[in-house]
Amino acid sequence: MATTSPSRRPAAELVKDAAYSALIALALAAPIIGLQTVTARGGLGLNARWDDVFLIVLAVFAGRLLLNFTIWRHQGARPIGQKWFQRAGGRPFARHGHTLSKIIGPLALAVALLLPALPFSDRYVMDLSIMVLTYIMLGWGLNIVVGLAGLLDLGYVAFYAIGAYSFALLATHFDLGFWICLPLAGILAAFWGVILGFPVLRLRGDYLAIVTLAFGEIIRVVLLNWYEFTGGPNGILGIPDPTLFGLEFARRGDNTFHEFFGLSYSSMHKIIFLYYIILCLALITNFVTLRLRRLPVGRAWEALREDEIACRSLGINTTNTKLTAFAIGAMFGGFAGSFFATRQGFISPESFTFIESALILAIVVLGGLGSQVGVVIAAIVMMGGFEYFREFEQYRMLIFGLAMVFIMVWRPRGLISTRSPSVILKERKAIGADLVGQGHG
Amino acid sequence: MNAASPLLSVRGVETYYGNIIALRGVDLDVHVGEIVTLIGANGAGKSTLMMTICGSPQARTGSVTFDGTDITRMPTHEIMRMAIAQSPEGRRIFPRMTVLENLQMGAGVTDLSHFDEDLQKVYELFPVLKARRNQRGGTLSGGEQQMLAIGRALMSRPRLLLLDEPSLGLAPLVVKQIFAAIAELNRTEGLTVFLVEQNAFHALKLAHRGYVMVNGSITMNGTGAELLAREEVRAAYLEGGRH
Ligand SMILES: Nc1ncnc2c1ncn2[C@@H]1O[C@H](COP(=O)(O)OP(=O)(O)OP(=O)(O)O)[C@@H](O)[C@H]1O
Ligand SMILES: [Mg+2]
Repeated sequence: MATTSPSRRPAAELVKDAAYSALIALALAAPIIGLQTVTARGGLGLNARWDDVFLIVLAVFAGRLLLNFTIWRHQGARPIGQKWFQRAGGRPFARHGHTLSKIIGPLALAVALLLPALPFSDRYVMDLSIMVLTYIMLGWGLNIVVGLAGLLDLGYVAFYAIGAYSFALLATHFDLGFWICLPLAGILAAFWGVILGFPVLRLRGDYLAIVTLAFGEIIRVVLLNWYEFTGGPNGILGIPDPTLFGLEFARRGDNTFHEFFGLSYSSMHKIIFLYYIILCLALITNFVTLRLRRLPVGRAWEALREDEIACRSLGINTTNTKLTAFAIGAMFGGFAGSFFATRQGFISPESFTFIESALILAIVVLGGLGSQVGVVIAAIVMMGGFEYFREFEQYRMLIFGLAMVFIMVWRPRGLISTRSPSVILKERKAIGADLVGQGHG
Repeated sequence: MNAASPLLSVRGVETYYGNIIALRGVDLDVHVGEIVTLIGANGAGKSTLMMTICGSPQARTGSVTFDGTDITRMPTHEIMRMAIAQSPEGRRIFPRMTVLENLQMGAGVTDLSHFDEDLQKVYELFPVLKARRNQRGGTLSGGEQQMLAIGRALMSRPRLLLLDEPSLGLAPLVVKQIFAAIAELNRTEGLTVFLVEQNAFHALKLAHRGYVMVNGSITMNGTGAELLAREEVRAAYLEGGRH
């Protein structure tokens, strides 16, 4: 133990690595353990438990340090958080990863479509599924910015908030419905995506991360303090439910869903309706992303992630490429935000803390940057994991933190690390022709 | 276009990095159908000149003209759409993309109607790229990566090809292969090439004309054979460098 061999990792690196793990644990523990939501009448109350968070972070740090100095001392285990974006080289393209996602995708879609009809789908399962789908959608939205364009955005929750507040304010002030506000919220969020994009055009990596983090906080602080406009910490109450072609999901009313279809009233109708809305929104996000990946703009995003200088030398306008990535990513965040507002009926700045950004980013990173299926798996594992270990109360974060650390050690590039090419030889002719048609647009 | 006027002309270009001068008034011409090489020691400013032609960084004084258009103040992405293509220093292929995708990125910004045709041409020039078309760029060997970088540049159907040290870090045999490909492109397609090189012997043998850069200024120019024969060139750039 005392002699140092050259293959050993230096102690400083091991400590740094443990600190990274602790940071991840902090990001995860803070929202789930640190902030306990208690349902109050007409809204949410919060209960802070920072000492538990501290203990968990300490445990993760100590545990990782212990492992680092014993089992992993001699191995080339890659520290967590090191060079997320340097994925050059590595193993050649694994074909099975591609076919795997080909099977998982349709299977997951079938399950998702049939979920409300399955026997075990009670209110609890549906609520949980809605939450998971919201995070999948947010993960997919952020994946455009972080996974495809390689721009590390720590303030994504700002767009989620902008979407939610846009809808809430439009609905309460102008009496507009969900379906009219949804596109408006997306447009507003995209607009703010561009606003954020401009000052950070020249930034990359760590610097970009810090500025986007600050942006997220600015939005939250403004929402918190602009009392007259946003209601400050009290938030906005009485956000309307979505309607199905004008049919309301209320017990009583002029035009209710259950009366129109001659059903007896059930609160599950609304839940199932919400479930299908978020499923559709998430699928649209996925579809648009997959489509864009094959178009010049999507390929430019990926090229930008790989090498900015090469991008410019190929005639790609990197300014526009970055701005579109921010705008489109933000737009989907805005959609998800207005869905969140309509589902909750109440929003306040508490729902849009940095921890949310960290959680969404964790989903993207854990899933494997740029992988759509990876995001789904990571979101289900994370959100499902939180729920599953709910009985263990304060231990669940510990278990979760450990699981996360193990996953990152076992698969440093995330669960699905293989990138499926947007052009495959078999399809070359077809795609070539495809691009001829669309390449000019 | 007047056949006598050069395709690329650099006049009195001074380029700075902050307050540090890197190019001290460079004049250089590349005519249609020529291979012109620029040689010089490390840090002479060769890459800086190439990047200045591409507008990043822009020249502080002087002018860069391509095909009669002043491109000195144009943004890089617009310059690179003017039938100029570049294989930058260090190759800079996209490591996570497949060979085919890399090539497609090269064609991506212009008209894609002749993508298949251009792809076949690149595959003929570098057959190894065809064999590796579905392999990720980052897993190619250094020589293959250089071929990919050149192939990617060719996909945009350039009239002027800028190459920055294509021989860097490659075995002599591979260097020969790449230079042979450049010569062939020039001969069969009439492609105009501006080649920045450390490997002065090969570069001057290949090129019609050459320039020698020392500390940000052009100190000599002449035909490849002339420069190869000059004592100063042999002493400074060829001793021990002949392979
Ligand atoms: N981005 C930069 N910022 C500041 N100085 C730079 C930058 N790039 C290059 N330089 C400086 O400009 C000078 C010329 O560099 P350049 O890269 O053009 O040399 P070169 O002739 O291409 O050398 P080599 O053969 O080693 O590639 C060097 O002194 C270098 O340190
Ligand atoms: Mg150089």
